[in-house]
Amino acid sequence: MNGFPILSTLIFLPLIGAAILPFLPRGNAVRVFTLVVGVVETILAIPFASDFHLDMAGFQYTELLPWAPQWGLNYALGVDGISFLMILLTVVLLPLCVLCSWSYISSRLKEFHFCLLLMTSACIGVFASLDFVLFYLFWEAMLVPMYLLIAVWGGPDRRYASLKFFLYTLAGSTLLLVAIVAYAIHGGSFYIPDLMNKTYPFNFQFWTFLAMALAFAIKVPMFPFHTWLPAAHVEAPTAGSVLLASVLLKMGTYGFLRFCLPLAPAASQYFAPFMIAISIISIIYGGFLALGQKDMKKLIAYSSVGHMGFVTLGIFMFNLRGVEGALMQMLNHGITTGGLFMLVGAIYERSHSRQIKDNLGLGKYLPAYMFFFGLFSLSSLAFPGTNSFVGEALVLIGAFKRNLWVGALAIPGALLAAAYMLRLLQKLAWGQPSTGKSFVDLNAREWIYLAPLAIFVIYIGLAPTRALRTMDASITHMLDSMRAKTEVVQSTTKTPQQLSFNAAKIVQEVRDAD
Amino acid sequence: MPTSTFLLCLPELYQMALALVLFAVILANPNQRANLSWLPAAAAVNIVLAACALPLKGLLFYDAYQIDGLSQFFKLAIAAGFFITTLNAVRQPTLETDKRTDYFFLLSVSALGLMLLASTVELVSIYIALEASSYSLYAIIALRGKDRRAAEAGIKYIMFGAAATAISLYGFSYILATQHTSYISELAAKSWSFAEAPGAAIGLMLFLAGFFYKLALFPFHFWCPDVYQGSSNETAAYVATLPKLGAVVVLVRMAALLKPGLEITTLIAVFGALSMTYGNFAALAQKDLKRILGYSSVAHAGYVTLGLVSGTAQGLAASAFYIVVYLVMNLACFWVVCRLSGNGENLQLEDLGGLFKRQPFLAFVLAVSAFSLVGLPPTAGFMGKLFLITSAWNHGYNWLVIVAAVNTAISIYYYLNMVRHAYTKESPEYPIAAKPGAASAVWGGVLAAAVLFLGVLPSPVFQWALTAGKQLLP
Repeated sequence: MNGFPILSTLIFLPLIGAAILPFLPRGNAVRVFTLVVGVVETILAIPFASDFHLDMAGFQYTELLPWAPQWGLNYALGVDGISFLMILLTVVLLPLCVLCSWSYISSRLKEFHFCLLLMTSACIGVFASLDFVLFYLFWEAMLVPMYLLIAVWGGPDRRYASLKFFLYTLAGSTLLLVAIVAYAIHGGSFYIPDLMNKTYPFNFQFWTFLAMALAFAIKVPMFPFHTWLPAAHVEAPTAGSVLLASVLLKMGTYGFLRFCLPLAPAASQYFAPFMIAISIISIIYGGFLALGQKDMKKLIAYSSVGHMGFVTLGIFMFNLRGVEGALMQMLNHGITTGGLFMLVGAIYERSHSRQIKDNLGLGKYLPAYMFFFGLFSLSSLAFPGTNSFVGEALVLIGAFKRNLWVGALAIPGALLAAAYMLRLLQKLAWGQPSTGKSFVDLNAREWIYLAPLAIFVIYIGLAPTRALRTMDASITHMLDSMRAKTEVVQSTTKTPQQLSFNAAKIVQEVRDAD
Repeated sequence: MPTSTFLLCLPELYQMALALVLFAVILANPNQRANLSWLPAAAAVNIVLAACALPLKGLLFYDAYQIDGLSQFFKLAIAAGFFITTLNAVRQPTLETDKRTDYFFLLSVSALGLMLLASTVELVSIYIALEASSYSLYAIIALRGKDRRAAEAGIKYIMFGAAATAISLYGFSYILATQHTSYISELAAKSWSFAEAPGAAIGLMLFLAGFFYKLALFPFHFWCPDVYQGSSNETAAYVATLPKLGAVVVLVRMAALLKPGLEITTLIAVFGALSMTYGNFAALAQKDLKRILGYSSVAHAGYVTLGLVSGTAQGLAASAFYIVVYLVMNLACFWVVCRLSGNGENLQLEDLGGLFKRQPFLAFVLAVSAFSLVGLPPTAGFMGKLFLITSAWNHGYNWLVIVAAVNTAISIYYYLNMVRHAYTKESPEYPIAAKPGAASAVWGGVLAAAVLFLGVLPSPVFQWALTAGKQLLP
């Protein structure tokens, strides 16, 4: 523990805000208060960002306090290049989410902003935890406010969507808890840096990888587990969709990077072909589905499946460029898709429809709106000069480096992205105007919450070096230790079945010991 | 610490005094219209006494009655649970006025029996304490106005109870015949494998049946949903929580005999697995809230076995901690049920509709307790489950851990369903519920806060459980 506990502050400030919220007067005060909390949080993140050591591979801003010492649980926080940018993204999104729900949400204001604040602190907690149980605590704690965001403020089909979201994600992560416990028993600690320094037998890695990968793949979501995503996105209110797309989905890929690769390196290598295959399926399948959608939100939701496919593809390339690309893509997808969902929310407030056919030909009447929409769409299809291009290009470079065919198979996904985004853009900008004539263009509030994201799109697109430098040291370190550990691990004689049904063996060992 | 015998069992003595005072009130008021509003306060005093008695140690009554970390931990939990129950039941709408004093007399005798159960370390004493706690319950369950379902529930409970305790006593005869002692400390040194002592192994299994019945572990669970449904809400809140503490304390003591790999241990693990799976699947189809909670307690009985079969001090501590967590979260859940049911009728899932709008605070308490029952962080249910599966991993029953994890996934649906009704459905046309007062909100809030506190900072309470566990299995 050294210096000011900035990570704890970032986590607990929204919580304290949430605790004060019920005592405020009704009405706009709630919105203003949450906005102030968000802005203060963002200001606090400025020294956090500027003091970050770019060339340090290990964890920074570490905090360590005993939590339940009898059980080896610690309150341990820290940041490295893998989690740094995600925390910044989460922090920045809080005030933007408040602004984009300013007029969208009109009922049960206090509860809504309460959920937003809880979400923010839980999300930061997920990325900052260095204790496995603390991680799991935040990981699950974030489900409840998200569930309520969809279930209470969602669209007409919100009950079905929220239930599906909750069941899918919680069911997936129950086995993650078993894996966590297994690691703690095997590695002797819940402290993640300690666990990362140990090597585990292959059979152990085999099963824990499967348990962890299930939880993370559902969250990402990867191909066979993606069906909760469109339902949740379509029904969620704008702020819910933004948080879902920008932060929640990243937790899955973050899990792969933080846990699967360092803790189960040999199993990750073993399952890599399989993971690559379903990543490519996600890219292409998500792209095709997006091509056929009539609902704008659904289209963007399916495009997320495709984009996240690029992220997992990059991760399982196991080379610097691939993982760099994956991390960039995580950040960029958060910025771009978050922006797109905000725009859909903005137009929904005008036309009360998310169908493409109800929002045709807006280019003439809402030029500022279409400017932002065009920018985010181009970014979404990875147009050179925008942020997503950097990520996607790096992933493809990594893929071609590893195997020509993997790269070649991912290319159609990029083409599909161009096809569905340009189709949407064309209809919105130049379609036969239906109802758009009477709409007013963006107001100042909408400018304020869209402009920061637009600036990031262009800034990262043109000057990605700084972002890349934050992550390089950590990625290189992780990949090196992963390679070293994979070589050490040799398959033991025990079969996985014996390991899981080991009652007889344990008794034998106890008797031998006596 | 030089303490007299009298001081050692102060919580029990106080509880007994409470029962005797109630008995005197019955005698003094033949028309039974006594004012009982002092009772919760009197019950609260015992929490303080039990908390003061926490560090005591001693062995009384020819070594049959042990005051140790485990017993004092459970006595505190029982005292706290009894306080909440009396608070909950004191304005019971379905209880006829002329039976109120009798009701609370029997209730306090039952709690006294459970406190005795926490300390007994000799099989005959255990049996007697068990009966003391059960007999008064047989009468209480039927006390629900003129409701015939309550009578049916009472009959079911007494029939199952009588059969289970008879089996238990029969098993005891086997143990005594083969192992020649009835003291747990001496029994712990004997062999319990089927190959070496078949009679003793069978006897122990039969003896434990009585406690599985109390705990509602599969296949001794059949009474559970019916009794919850039939008895009044307030009685169900008691039956669902405190007797389970009594069963677990004995099982934790007996678990010193259960080494991993023994036939009995494996059988208990299998019962545990079946109990979780059956309870959760059966709960999925229920509409009556108390039936849901009934099957949920069958499932939770299964989770508790995780710690019992691990054969470690950590496992015993985890089981003890989990049952206390179970007590708190169930009391919170029943608190909401009792407050919502204005005239004491059973609540259906639909009756929770729109609770978020009608009673936002009770809806919050319900959500906290339901998420805790699922085992979702940051609630106590999560910490309890984490301790259980950590203690059970790598002691030969990894499959049971996996079954428990999968079962958590199954159970999400019906717990979430309660929250879903409360938060997203519309109110029923004729919402049944009196407007609960500020006091009821406060106590509901206290229970919800306890659930969250045990989830975020479990270590102070868990430390007591761990010390108790280490005394049993050093």
